[in-house]
Amino acid sequence: MDETSIGWWGVPLAIFAGAIRISTPFLFVSLGEMVTEKSGRINLGLEGTLIMGAMSAYGIAYLTGSPWLGVLVAGLVGTIFGMLHAGICSLPKVNDIAVGIALMLFGTGLAFYLGKPLVQPQAPNLPSFNFGWWSDLQQVQSALKINALFIIGVVLAPVFLWALRNTRWGLILRIVGDSSDAARAMGYSPLAVRLVATAFGGFMAGVGGSFLSLYYPGSWNEGLSSGQGITAVALVIFARWNPMNCLWASLLFGGASALGPALQSVGVTQGYYLFNAAPYVLTLLILILSSSSHRHIAGAPGELSVTR
Amino acid sequence: MMNRRNFNKLLGAGLVAAAAPKIVTPALADDVLKVGFVYFGPVGDFGWTYQHDVGRQDIVKKFGDKVKTTYVENVPESADAERVIANLAAKGHKLIFTTSFGYMDPTIKAAKRFPKTYFEHCAGYKLASNVSVYEARFYEGRYVQGVIAGMMSKTGVAGYIASIPIPEVIMGMNAFLLGMRSVNPTAKLKFIMVNTWYDPGKEGDAAKALIDQGCDIVTQHTDSTAPLQVYAQRGIKGFGEATDMLKFAPTAQLTASVNNWGPYYVKRVQDVIDGTWKSANTWGGLASGMLEMAPYHNMPDNVVAAAKATEEGIKSGKIVIFKGPLKDQKGIAKSTEGVVLDDGSISSMDWLVEGVVGDLPK
Repeated sequence: MDETSIGWWGVPLAIFAGAIRISTPFLFVSLGEMVTEKSGRINLGLEGTLIMGAMSAYGIAYLTGSPWLGVLVAGLVGTIFGMLHAGICSLPKVNDIAVGIALMLFGTGLAFYLGKPLVQPQAPNLPSFNFGWWSDLQQVQSALKINALFIIGVVLAPVFLWALRNTRWGLILRIVGDSSDAARAMGYSPLAVRLVATAFGGFMAGVGGSFLSLYYPGSWNEGLSSGQGITAVALVIFARWNPMNCLWASLLFGGASALGPALQSVGVTQGYYLFNAAPYVLTLLILILSSSSHRHIAGAPGELSVTR
Repeated sequence: MMNRRNFNKLLGAGLVAAAAPKIVTPALADDVLKVGFVYFGPVGDFGWTYQHDVGRQDIVKKFGDKVKTTYVENVPESADAERVIANLAAKGHKLIFTTSFGYMDPTIKAAKRFPKTYFEHCAGYKLASNVSVYEARFYEGRYVQGVIAGMMSKTGVAGYIASIPIPEVIMGMNAFLLGMRSVNPTAKLKFIMVNTWYDPGKEGDAAKALIDQGCDIVTQHTDSTAPLQVYAQRGIKGFGEATDMLKFAPTAQLTASVNNWGPYYVKRVQDVIDGTWKSANTWGGLASGMLEMAPYHNMPDNVVAAAKATEEGIKSGKIVIFKGPLKDQKGIAKSTEGVVLDDGSISSMDWLVEGVVGDLPK
């Protein structure tokens, strides 16, 4: 091995860096969706919201020169999409899953249509923090370059957990999610609470999208998302509606995604199709191992249509 | 137009099978030649499809009102493709370019149904009396890139982000390393198969992994600009793919192999107008202008001179890339001194030259 190569050390390093980099959009979308689902509604449209967020963040960052303004606008666009979902679902006899799929298609198509002129321009990227200053190795420095959005997401996860358990808002959210009749009896409007929860979920998904276009890969194009929005919705169920678990699940998924290229680069080429599928195989495995036919899925909101 | 290919990817073809790309063509006088294009990606992909569309625009520039071009983008390489191709033929397009490998069988099938329509299929190998195939010798550009890499690399190790293990990609890797070894006989090439033609996240990850393994020049056989952006961040150099990507990485792109379909497209349209169109198998390279090198940047003058000399050498035939002695990774001779591989052996290449690190996935 030559001196600039780090050989097998590249594998754990790549998994670490991948866990942080790839997990960020998953983290934001799943935290937001967790709040939405806690209110008893599932929003499958977040893939469309994510891509709309990516497109609008890129456009705004390009026009104004401020990536953070782009993040904010992405969140607002996501909020609008969330409110749209909640608004349609407020009508009687409307299925939230069907509306979600429709909004996923609508959001994706609209983003591609509006985003055509944004393929070529270069927008400024979000900043990152360099935690690798202590190392002389370029590889370590690069792996420890941690983006600001990830740090925000990591802080948000325990805050969400605390807020769900200890605040009045968290309690109302859980009541509405577990039994809308009980919520109504207590004088809360389930529809209004769900509107806020879905709008918030949309905001987070929009911000998650801005990470894709403004940090990594850091450009706007039609193939930008490889299904992160829809995967994140599944991660929420995987995480059993617990914000801290959302964080761990996102990290696990991110790290597993980086496994394929990292192993190939050190010469492991046997079964590379399998390594590339590692995140999905891992998700399936954990779901099977942690499932039980004897009890209701722990932590599942009672009103959620997929668990009823 | 909406991007149906991506919808399919998200949902599985079943949910959106009913969705079909729209073709809008106004009524035209009979003497106007209608030319159709079927694209795999969006016109704005700034890579493969973009370059085909540049070729289409060359037709418009050259023939003006005498031709009318129509394109359908984001056509999946599935049964849907045949419907789109046949639809174009039924609407009176006399000449139809289908611009992705996966359209091979759909093109042949549509050609049987419309014997009076001429078809041009890019990157395939199935011909018919009314179907031609055309492809660029991308490996020639890889050789020029390799020469540059050989002179610029300090570690003597280059990286190659490969898409899928097909001859097209394998000959690219081999040509790259042969070019590199022509200036640095001990040079090595490491590669990663990312199993996709377009996935910015994955391509970027592969770039990082290769750089972590000591590659200080990396090239990619995938379409997005993400790898170049990673090269720029990590302070190494690399190449653009299919199109000049300099503006995405002004400090990192050395050059790019640019697919230049325009002259071929213009010629084939002229052939149809003149009534001289014949089924043919065209494999054009630097000499015919089907492949061009983007302007050289970020390298010393002597490297520019060497790159230009290599380009000229390939054009004039003085440099023959796959010429013996050639050895594979195990040291087994694939060609003896002075023996040149024919096009058939090149286009079915399934072995890597000596010096490439890592096995092809089986």
